[in-house]
Amino acid sequence: MKRRDTLKSIALGSLGMATVPSTDLVAAPPEKPLPIPGGRQKSEAIRDAKLMAEKFFTPHELKTITVLCDIILPADQKSGSASQAGVPAFIEFMAKDQPVHQTPLRGGLAWLDSESRKRFNKKFVELTKPQQIEIVDDIAYPEQAKPQYSQGVAFFNKMRDMTLTGFYTTRMGFDDLGYVGNTPNNWEGVPEEVLKQYGLSYE
Amino acid sequence: MSNFHIQETPEVFDVIIVGSGAGGGMAAYQLSKAGAKVCLLEAGGYYDPADPKYITQLKFPWESPRRGASTTRPFGDFDAAWGGWQLEGEPYSAAPGTEFHWFRSRMLGGRTNHWGRISLRFGPDDFRRGTLTGIGDDWPITYDDVAPYYDKVDKLIGIFGSKEGLRNEPDGHFLPAPKPRLHELMLKKAGKNLGIPVIPSRLSILTKKINDERGQCFYCSQCGRACQVYADFSSSSCLCKPAVKTGNTRLINGAMVREVLTDQKTGLCTGVSYVDTATLQERTVRGKIVVLAASSCESARLLLNSKSARFPNGLANSSGVIGKYLNDSTGASRSAFIPALMNRKRYNEDGVGGMHVYTPWWLDNKKLDFPRGYHIEYGGGMGMPMYGYGMGIHGMNGKYAYTDGKSLPSGGYGSRLKEDARRFYGAYVGMAGRGEPIPLESNYCEIDPNNVDKYGIPTLRFHYKWSENEVKQAQHMQDTFEEMIHEMGGIALGNKPGKEQNYGLEAPGKIIHEIGTVRMGSDPKKSALNSFMQGHDVKNLFVVDAAPFVTQGDKNVTWTILAMSMRTSDYIIDQVKQKNL
Ligand SMILES: Cc1cc2nc3c(=O)[nH]c(=O)nc-3n(C[C@H](O)[C@H](O)[C@H](O)COP(=O)(O)OP(=O)(O)OC[C@H]3O[C@@H](n4cnc5c(N)ncnc54)[C@H](O)[C@@H]3O)c2cc1C
Ligand code: SF4
Repeated sequence: MKRRDTLKSIALGSLGMATVPSTDLVAAPPEKPLPIPGGRQKSEAIRDAKLMAEKFFTPHELKTITVLCDIILPADQKSGSASQAGVPAFIEFMAKDQPVHQTPLRGGLAWLDSESRKRFNKKFVELTKPQQIEIVDDIAYPEQAKPQYSQGVAFFNKMRDMTLTGFYTTRMGFDDLGYVGNTPNNWEGVPEEVLKQYGLSYE
Repeated sequence: MSNFHIQETPEVFDVIIVGSGAGGGMAAYQLSKAGAKVCLLEAGGYYDPADPKYITQLKFPWESPRRGASTTRPFGDFDAAWGGWQLEGEPYSAAPGTEFHWFRSRMLGGRTNHWGRISLRFGPDDFRRGTLTGIGDDWPITYDDVAPYYDKVDKLIGIFGSKEGLRNEPDGHFLPAPKPRLHELMLKKAGKNLGIPVIPSRLSILTKKINDERGQCFYCSQCGRACQVYADFSSSSCLCKPAVKTGNTRLINGAMVREVLTDQKTGLCTGVSYVDTATLQERTVRGKIVVLAASSCESARLLLNSKSARFPNGLANSSGVIGKYLNDSTGASRSAFIPALMNRKRYNEDGVGGMHVYTPWWLDNKKLDFPRGYHIEYGGGMGMPMYGYGMGIHGMNGKYAYTDGKSLPSGGYGSRLKEDARRFYGAYVGMAGRGEPIPLESNYCEIDPNNVDKYGIPTLRFHYKWSENEVKQAQHMQDTFEEMIHEMGGIALGNKPGKEQNYGLEAPGKIIHEIGTVRMGSDPKKSALNSFMQGHDVKNLFVVDAAPFVTQGDKNVTWTILAMSMRTSDYIIDQVKQKNL
């Protein structure tokens, strides 16, 4: 805005072409004012918009992430799956937001594909479900995993962490957990039956 | 156009106040109510937690693309702090081998928009620890001098708590305290068995309405996001805005004060110069009295930077004491898993924004190997899941059998993992000790000879090391935490920090209770300010943040900042009336 105004006054004043519409001369790209979401500072909104416009994972990597997320948190009677809750997009955002995640995630995905190729001559997403689970079982239990899988274990721990956080910070996750707060309330103490259950009282 | 011309506001204000946090907000309120023409200069932007532009309260984690992670704000996306331990373009440094972390918020109300609202008045002993223990110094005033102001602050701002009759934890004018949550009842019971008091906390939150400007708490547990009905205390909502409303306070945001100006003949302050942060224009404001409230370290920085021929060591610093005796609370913490709370019944347990119970200092230091006490703050409960929820579950889930009696190795995936997320929810407690340090002359801040900030203002360099006293106190905290956890039937998480880790003692500055850098005292050779926080060398200069404080007790200092700022404001009014100012 400001810049355009200055240019405009230069155009009109110093070039003396007041009859020509200044926009034609300056041809500034139309600036869409960045919407600043409530509660964000401008610098934060700019940063978020920039991150949102970038892509980090390749389509193949995202596909692998999606398969893994849904192995980690599949749909059950109580709630949907991680991908239904939008976890892959959350992981994509976090990789851009906190670049420390980038190499462990990208490298971990590459490790997984290389392991899949060694065993089955295919990428992880192309394996059958039992084949995928065979690999996952080797890296999903940190205390039992064989030492040669330690990098895979570290990667799977990270994926488990990101998936859990990504899932349980959505409406679907809240409903699954039974979190009922974040709303105007009147705190009157622990419900009577809960006090009884724990043998406690307010004296 | 005339970028290099310094613009001067023609008006001469009765009082110029620098900074709109706890200290500055109270002074603006009290002085403008009394009819003084006040100019309130605030480096940060305007802020109002009731304006949708700024509201973060009641937002859900999915309204943040990072689910509230602390990437850009140290306490997460929804926290009401525009600032942190690092500010873009406003650096500071620490001398090699020493460490200090300086938290600043650049906004109307400063750090009171997101502070913990823990509002503890000092007790009688807290003003005279030097005499009582032979280590450290006394304040030049006593509890009786401040008590009437604590009372007034309680009534003006509102605080909940309970009458306990503890001698060094004096009762105030309390609104009803919220009932303890489930884990807090467990803590209370454990404390009772161990002889450790666990009593209702004292927070500046309105559990009852006190006036028409402010609403009543609706228990969302989010005071850190600042309350849109103003049911928690923020200087911005409860002091600055009412001050502006009197018509006597002119608030200027985006005014980063560079230095205090003085008349070289009279040696009195004549005003301040500041940088308009939006245009980088240099401006001056003139006033008859200058009140600094930029927060402890910033007020010291301002005075040290206000050098002139008459004040070569910085303003009001003939004693050379400014910058020295910097001290922050000690802090150490531990958390625990409470198996009895697994698979607990769900209900809305948000409560107020903070703990409902705490442990005041309960022991006698004469029988201990460290000279000062600490209190314990507690956390836990079925809070709102945010970024981080469920992380590290592979360190937990293998250790405890499922409800059907089955166990699985740690880690895993699938529907059992969902079961883990459910069963462990709300089954943790946290405890954090906050203790009194011994202020040392050797812990100080000074002007860094080599660095300036983006406004060209010379920055601070810190020198800070904990002494054995604080380390031993942290060790005692860790032992207490384990006792409490054990008594609750809990399992402490992580390893107990040992000697090599200073028993988990947090680095200086991390507890954000820094005080002491512009000491008050009765001896002008050893202090910069008198007992009314007025310059010994410059009588129309006052400091009303925590910089003048001699010690901080184990009581988070904000309630004392408010009381002391009100006291100094009343003194200013009185001195003006008596024509001494
Ligand atoms: C997360 C957190 C939790 C806390 N919890 C508690 C608690 O529970 N209990 C408690 O007692 N305390 C707590 N504190 C500490 C409390 O916030 C501070 O003690 C209090 O805000 C200090 O008030 P102040 O007026 O000295 O400074 P601040 O509140 O820091 O305000 C200073 C103001 O001055 C402005 N300023 C600085 N430099 C300049 C300049 N050169 N020119 C113009 N303006 C300037 C700043 O922008 C700021 O707005 C907490 C702090 C944090 C960060
Ligand atoms: S807990 Fe109460 S005072 Fe704090 S923000 Fe929520 S409603 Fe406001």
